Amino acid sequence: MDFEELKRIQSRRSFLQDCAGGLGSIALWHLMRQEGRAGSHESAIPNVNPLRPKLPHYTPKARNVIFLFMAGAPSHIDLFDPKPALAKWEGKSLPDSMTKELRLAFIKPSAKVWASPRVFTRHGECGMEFSDFLPHTAARADDICMIRSMHSEQFNHHPGQLMLNCGTPLVGRPSMGAWITYGLGSESQNLPGFAVLSSGPGSSAGSGNWSSGFLPSSYQGVPFRNTGSPLLHLSNLEGVNTEDQRATLDAIRDLNEMAYSEAGDLEIASRIASYELAFRMQSAGPELLDFSSEPPKMLEMYGLNRELTRPFAANCLLARRMVERGVRFVQLVHSGWDQHSNLNPGHKKNCDITDQPTAALLTDLKQRGQLDETLVIWGGEFGRTPMVQAQRDDKVDTWGRDHHPLAFSLWMAGGGIKGGQIVGRTDDLGFNVVEDKVHIHDLHATILHCLGFDHKRLTYRHMGRDFRLTDIAGTVREKLLA
Amino acid sequence: MRVAVVKKTRLMLGGLLLWSVGIEADLSASEAALPPAAKIKVEFSKDIQPLLELCQSCHGPQQQLGSFRLDSRAAALAGGKSGAVIHLGNSANSKLIHLVAGIQKDQIMPLTGQRLTAEQVGLLRAWIDQGLHWPADLKTTPAPKSQHWAFRPPLRSQVPKVKNRGWVRNPIDAFVLSKLEGGGIRPSPETDPETLIRRVSLDLTGLPPTVEEVSQFLSDTRKDAYERLVDRLLASPHYGERWARQWLDLARYADSDGYEKDLVRPHAWRWRHWVIEALNRNMPFDQFTIEQLAGDLVPGAGLEQKVATGFNRNTLTNREGGVDKEEFRVEQVVDRVATLGTVWLGLTLGCARCHDHKYDPISQKEFYELYAFFNSAIEINLDAPLPGEQGPYLLRKPEYDRKRDALLAEYKVKELQEEWEKRLKDAVAHPGGNDKAEDDLRGLLEVVDWGKEILLQDPKKRSPKQRKILTDHFVRAGFKELSARLDQLEDEYPGLTEAQTLAENPNPPPSHVLIRGDFRRYGAEVQPRVPAVLPPLPQGASPSRLTLARWLISQNHPLTARVTVNRMWQEFFGQGLVLTSQDFGTRGDLPSHPELLDWLATEFMASGWNVKRMHKLVVESAVYRQSSETRKDLESRDVENRLLARQARLRLPAELIRDNALAVSGLLNPAIGGESIRPPQPAGIAELSFRGRAWKESEGMDRYRRGLYVFFLRTVPYPQLTTFDAPDSLSACSRRERSTTPLQALTLLNDPVFAEAARSLAVRVLQEKAGGVNDRLEHAFRLCLSRLPRQNEQDRLLKYYDEKKRLHEKSPDLIEKQFPADDLEGIDTKEAAIWTGISRVLLNLDEFITRN
Repeated sequence: MDFEELKRIQSRRSFLQDCAGGLGSIALWHLMRQEGRAGSHESAIPNVNPLRPKLPHYTPKARNVIFLFMAGAPSHIDLFDPKPALAKWEGKSLPDSMTKELRLAFIKPSAKVWASPRVFTRHGECGMEFSDFLPHTAARADDICMIRSMHSEQFNHHPGQLMLNCGTPLVGRPSMGAWITYGLGSESQNLPGFAVLSSGPGSSAGSGNWSSGFLPSSYQGVPFRNTGSPLLHLSNLEGVNTEDQRATLDAIRDLNEMAYSEAGDLEIASRIASYELAFRMQSAGPELLDFSSEPPKMLEMYGLNRELTRPFAANCLLARRMVERGVRFVQLVHSGWDQHSNLNPGHKKNCDITDQPTAALLTDLKQRGQLDETLVIWGGEFGRTPMVQAQRDDKVDTWGRDHHPLAFSLWMAGGGIKGGQIVGRTDDLGFNVVEDKVHIHDLHATILHCLGFDHKRLTYRHMGRDFRLTDIAGTVREKLLA
Repeated sequence: MRVAVVKKTRLMLGGLLLWSVGIEADLSASEAALPPAAKIKVEFSKDIQPLLELCQSCHGPQQQLGSFRLDSRAAALAGGKSGAVIHLGNSANSKLIHLVAGIQKDQIMPLTGQRLTAEQVGLLRAWIDQGLHWPADLKTTPAPKSQHWAFRPPLRSQVPKVKNRGWVRNPIDAFVLSKLEGGGIRPSPETDPETLIRRVSLDLTGLPPTVEEVSQFLSDTRKDAYERLVDRLLASPHYGERWARQWLDLARYADSDGYEKDLVRPHAWRWRHWVIEALNRNMPFDQFTIEQLAGDLVPGAGLEQKVATGFNRNTLTNREGGVDKEEFRVEQVVDRVATLGTVWLGLTLGCARCHDHKYDPISQKEFYELYAFFNSAIEINLDAPLPGEQGPYLLRKPEYDRKRDALLAEYKVKELQEEWEKRLKDAVAHPGGNDKAEDDLRGLLEVVDWGKEILLQDPKKRSPKQRKILTDHFVRAGFKELSARLDQLEDEYPGLTEAQTLAENPNPPPSHVLIRGDFRRYGAEVQPRVPAVLPPLPQGASPSRLTLARWLISQNHPLTARVTVNRMWQEFFGQGLVLTSQDFGTRGDLPSHPELLDWLATEFMASGWNVKRMHKLVVESAVYRQSSETRKDLESRDVENRLLARQARLRLPAELIRDNALAVSGLLNPAIGGESIRPPQPAGIAELSFRGRAWKESEGMDRYRRGLYVFFLRTVPYPQLTTFDAPDSLSACSRRERSTTPLQALTLLNDPVFAEAARSLAVRVLQEKAGGVNDRLEHAFRLCLSRLPRQNEQDRLLKYYDEKKRLHEKSPDLIEKQFPADDLEGIDTKEAAIWTGISRVLLNLDEFITRN
């Protein structure tokens, strides 16, 4: 090949490489094939993936995220933020000055205060307090950064969950997982970059919690199931075995290639690659769910041996296995925390389900040295009122609490986060934040920072405007960082 | 005399204030140096407004240097940080005049650009002296004079002259060719007839041509064979289905409320039915617009015109416990304005909800002026029976009533309900009392529209419908067994179809600017009005939704026709002449062929907004008929194909992928219109919705209806639709994405719906074509791709045929699993299993899901 020709090819190449998304890569692949210098399909196809790994703005601390989303809103004052002073207010209404601007979903501002019936003790070297409902998580206190100063404006579930997951109460916007997958792509060649695992009844915002909004749909969360076929339509049809499936896929590929050489449209090449990826997912999926390689002790640690904990435990173990296989963002959704009544037994049950598997996930990640690169987040869309709801009689177990966005607790651990510390403080009633306020926008800015992004520069143009996860707000909270 | 007292301590570095201060001292001293006031009676719009516009970039809606803004009389008089700048009736002592007159050399306004002439200063002086007359509805924002192309009315463009006149079939071609010739690019040749008939059938009806239709077209030697084909397709009842889908995207149509509870809207489809019929009847687009935005206000409005207003009922409804209803009512009104913006104006109006639009000349106030048109509307559900429905219903009604009354009596509903109503009324009158009554009341208000009004209405004055609604709610909230028995009764005796409509509120609430978009923070009160950058409403017209709708389709409106023809173009070529079909504002894309866009827009209006005529014009053009094959010579010059030197290859939208699989396999139920259907859906999907809910599969032929009719549950949509980029139906969508993902491959390979289509196609091929494998392959290709296989394709599939045969010989159980019951009417299941494989290959081809 002479010099002129080389130059020609190179300029075509850089042009194609500059194309957005994966199209450039596949075009390059075809160019190289035409030049007889590309390898097999296998070696060239990964580049077509719109989820191919991308670099963030700075060197990141965390590479993956596991978000344990506790839909329905756990009560901060019964789990993480002890308020002994509430005892003095028990049975009384809060002063008007505190409640006059208050928007409440169900109860009236004059509702009576209910001190937490739970017992709090200190844990770890840092002496972090946890209620007796969370013994296992408490044992990981030194890994955990407890934020007691979270706040939001949204006091209903649907908008509140969208606020936490998408940074806005408005529908139709991308979720955190979608933004991060859009920004970083995924290390996994065989699994979606953003996976969703659910337990409990459905959540208020449903698929809005893992939506890709106006981002390309490749970035939306893909719901996985923890038994049977992990992904929709992943199993071969009845009457089709792997050999058959492969033969069919080969025929599809060959015919698509013939069409490509006729029409010359790169979209066809892209379609060919998507079928190869689908086939790899078909074998990666069952392997992901196959826990036989995990030692029995490990399964026990997660709680897979017990009926009550099994579904959530399976999701936690799957989350670790996904992260290990390069899935960028794993979102667990455990719904059922919305205890307007029966809070004491209701929270106990939710804690009994989630506490052990959650702690096991932290322990496991740490033992494998994966915790440093994996950001673990645990929390709900808001907190719950120090005032009681549904106090029909004196049976404490039937009482509940209303939604409370002014102050709540959420914790993080791992990648880029300084564990063993409490950030922020609420007043004596757990009602307002009085120190180190962390708004949801700040939380998002900090999460993106851990992943190597300047949250103001991770943008997407839509309807003529550059959108961000943090909208027009958000500050990285240095105190949270390692 | 001092205009204002300014303390020296308020000096600010670098700001305008710094100079203003100096001036204060000498206002009267320098009076003599001022140009004299004009001796005429000034006219604000003619004499003053153009001058004030020069000030807007620093003292307008975007920024207010020195805290001064000059876009309303009140603001002008209020002055800035350093105090007042206008002394009413005394221009000589008004700081503003001293600044624009440039009394001091280093203190001249405007800061940049041309200085005002002495005459202009004189006009401003006269204006101040004559009392600062400022008509309330006139604004000084730069809007009325925006130079942006899309705000100028389209002018009928001259059809350009081209060299290759033989290529031109209609004016569209001349516009496109002229540009191509300018760049020395030749257009692509006309595509082969097989591709052409498949293309135009998919574009006009969404269904592939049948084998017979293809052969008929191929053998039709008449000169106007193609035009005849187009006319046939335009007259097909499937045309309305195909084009309704685009409109449904814009209207964010769904079968459920959205938000947490996401309750089913059992009658939402009635409006969809209206759309399909209107498109099939070729309702002119102006009428289509008026009826959907304001059908209820058209003089002598009939039922169908009211049904049309369902367009605006596709907004989301939040019934989550504990929400403030007003908040989400406001949200609906806001969404109606934003949707109007996307659909008719091609403007991102929603941006101006919380603040003035950052890029387009739409102020926040103007947003709420548009909001005021919709704020006076209320939601009403009407009985809207389809033809033939009412007779049988009335005939059976007495029987139903008897049975229902008997059931209600059996459970003593009447007595219990009276008691319940009393408690609820107490709860309304004395809030804060009984907890249980409050909970029950909340339950009623959450779920039942107008629940409070019905409750408080004198029972004797309630309409039969209101009575039924209230009793139904009471029963469903407390009687499990009775609820089930009533459901059963309703299944047996279905009620009349209803329609979700809009009507005017007899006591409309006032509309305000909502500060930062917050429904609780009222700013200034506003009246219904249209943005100043656009033509005004007709003189003397009452500002109603009807007037607004008529204004949209007025002949001098710069946007409606352009935005609409651009969306048509987008459907036929994959992208609009303006790529951002949702945004014609200053941040939007510039048109690739502005003259063509304007020609189409004016042609559309001149044709009487005749939609089918425009579609015919486009599909009969030579541009449309070009081959879609990529061309090496265009790779470097026009990789995005904006010059249109070829047609586009377009992956089919989600619904059409379903439709095509059903059509070629012979499963499709071609019934037009009617209710939504629930095809089989994998377990575990519906469970993801709030409190998980059952997905009751449609029975019989209903499950084989077109994708357009698939029930759309907003929180958990049918997966095949979202996998292939159907929009989320949360806001207006004017342009779908076309992604290529492995989940799409898995759906086509393994979704039971497509598996059934493959089996059915196999049986069809075997039944319809006796003879050898080659003949059958040809038939299968004609069914799926409207063409014969090429030799290499044929060879490859023959090889696959043999592979399958070997595989099945090795594992005969595979056949058994695919065809468990030998019910194939004498067809050999071994052969059927092989052909199911071949059918799967064809249904998975890129070409099958692509319009070439």
